[in-house]
Amino acid sequence: MLSIVGLTTDHGHVRALENVSFEVPAGSLTAVIGANGAGKTTLLRTLTGLTKPTSGSAHWHSHDLLSLSTEEGVRHGVAHVPEGRSVVSELTVAENLQLGALWRGKDPDVQIAREEVLSLFPRLRERLSQRADTLSGGERQMLAIARALIARPDLLLLDEPSLGLAPLVVEQIFQTLDRLRKQTGLTVVLVEQNAISALEIADNAVLLSLGKIVISGSASLIAQDTELRHAYLGY
Amino acid sequence: MQQFVNTLINGASLGSIYSLMALAMILVWRSTRVVNFAQAGQAVLSTYVGLEIHRITHSYPLTLIIAIIFGALFGALVDLLLVRPLMHRVGDGPIAAVAPVIVTLGLLSAIQGFVGLIWGGEYRSFPAALSQNGFKVGLTRIPFSPFDLFILFTTLLVMLAFAYIFQRSGLGLAMRAAAFEPEVARLAGVRVARVRTIGWAFAGGAGALAGALITPTTLLAPNSLDLLLVFGFTAAVLGGLESLVGGVVGGFLLGIGLALVVTYLGSSFTFITAFVVLIAVLLLRPRGLIGQRSVRNA
Repeated sequence: MLSIVGLTTDHGHVRALENVSFEVPAGSLTAVIGANGAGKTTLLRTLTGLTKPTSGSAHWHSHDLLSLSTEEGVRHGVAHVPEGRSVVSELTVAENLQLGALWRGKDPDVQIAREEVLSLFPRLRERLSQRADTLSGGERQMLAIARALIARPDLLLLDEPSLGLAPLVVEQIFQTLDRLRKQTGLTVVLVEQNAISALEIADNAVLLSLGKIVISGSASLIAQDTELRHAYLGY
Repeated sequence: MQQFVNTLINGASLGSIYSLMALAMILVWRSTRVVNFAQAGQAVLSTYVGLEIHRITHSYPLTLIIAIIFGALFGALVDLLLVRPLMHRVGDGPIAAVAPVIVTLGLLSAIQGFVGLIWGGEYRSFPAALSQNGFKVGLTRIPFSPFDLFILFTTLLVMLAFAYIFQRSGLGLAMRAAAFEPEVARLAGVRVARVRTIGWAFAGGAGALAGALITPTTLLAPNSLDLLLVFGFTAAVLGGLESLVGGVVGGFLLGIGLALVVTYLGSSFTFITAFVVLIAVLLLRPRGLIGQRSVRNA
């Protein structure tokens, strides 16, 4: 289980997250939704050591996430795919995948994991020798997720995977995610502005506004709350 | 005609040393995105250390090996004690782009001052590994000696070794990722800071080798490798600053070009020619002679 208690993060004098507490049961998909500037990205960056918290705690199983460096977090099963299709443009698709499993050394399972992610995203198999900057936006997003999955994480933190992508591609990526976590028991925290799509596949949801939690609970219940949708999600 | 051929041979020999310095600068650039102006100072210090080793042991192989190891260790220390803390402090703030330039230029002066204090300012000679008398072809002695052949062979060997590490090994992949997208590399589990230090160590070793190889021809003084820095940087820019092969090709082109200038125009044009080449490349082909454009920005 991912347990976040009283997490507060400041960007200089601006409070980006304030006293955020919630739990993510193992094997579930939790959507973190909210408008621009709600603190969603800061939340994920704080969990993986890219941004230093001001106070609070975050534990993944027995690991104190906030005391781990970004690189150590990866070795403890935490994968983070930041927004903006985070791949290394100058490397080929095959090299980006290899990069994700580099820390695992010569572990024979790496080859198996590679085959599995290529089965999840068959388009990447056709593009293995191409540089990442020759891929379309959707393909780059697939590569970023595949690069994270090849490390065989237990906890996947995904930041705005739908940003700037065509609806059909977004649907494809979300369906793959849903299938993946049902098959493997992967725990997913999905940060999204596209609340409709995120709530459709999520078990639970956390609604953030100006760095604070407005409500957290069952995704289907939040999706049905017309007042909340109008006030915070714009639909 | 004979003079022209001799000039080409001489230029290729010098160019191979420029290539080594270019490799050192490219290695630091590729692993940390820093242009290391202190490279000449690091090479000078390593060469003086080599000089002392040779004075004690009279062994050229030992001298070369210890100079390279010292250069690599010193390069790693420069990153650990200076560049890494500096980059950590400046972050991605407004002076992040110029801070490494200032600090490496400052370090260059500091090293040269230190070397002057310890060894004095006078020129010293450094032994060559092999004879510097040109090979004899028929009755003519060409300006290409066994030592020049040694330099050429060593440069190509070093280039191939680094090219293999960068393109074929996990360490090379980590170095490339850390250079282009440090955050993505960290999220993939790459220990970026450690990988960058290794890049500085490789560059320090390559720079030390360049210093030890050129000094038998040019003599050694605290500022004697300044020109090598300029020519190495120009060669690196000619090659696009990213490509190891490009840096070596750039070094050879520059070496031959400058040799032709010295022969037909005079040695006073050497420095200005290097700068004209540097500015012309930056204006006309900023990605270098063999640099590539990225294909798609979707």
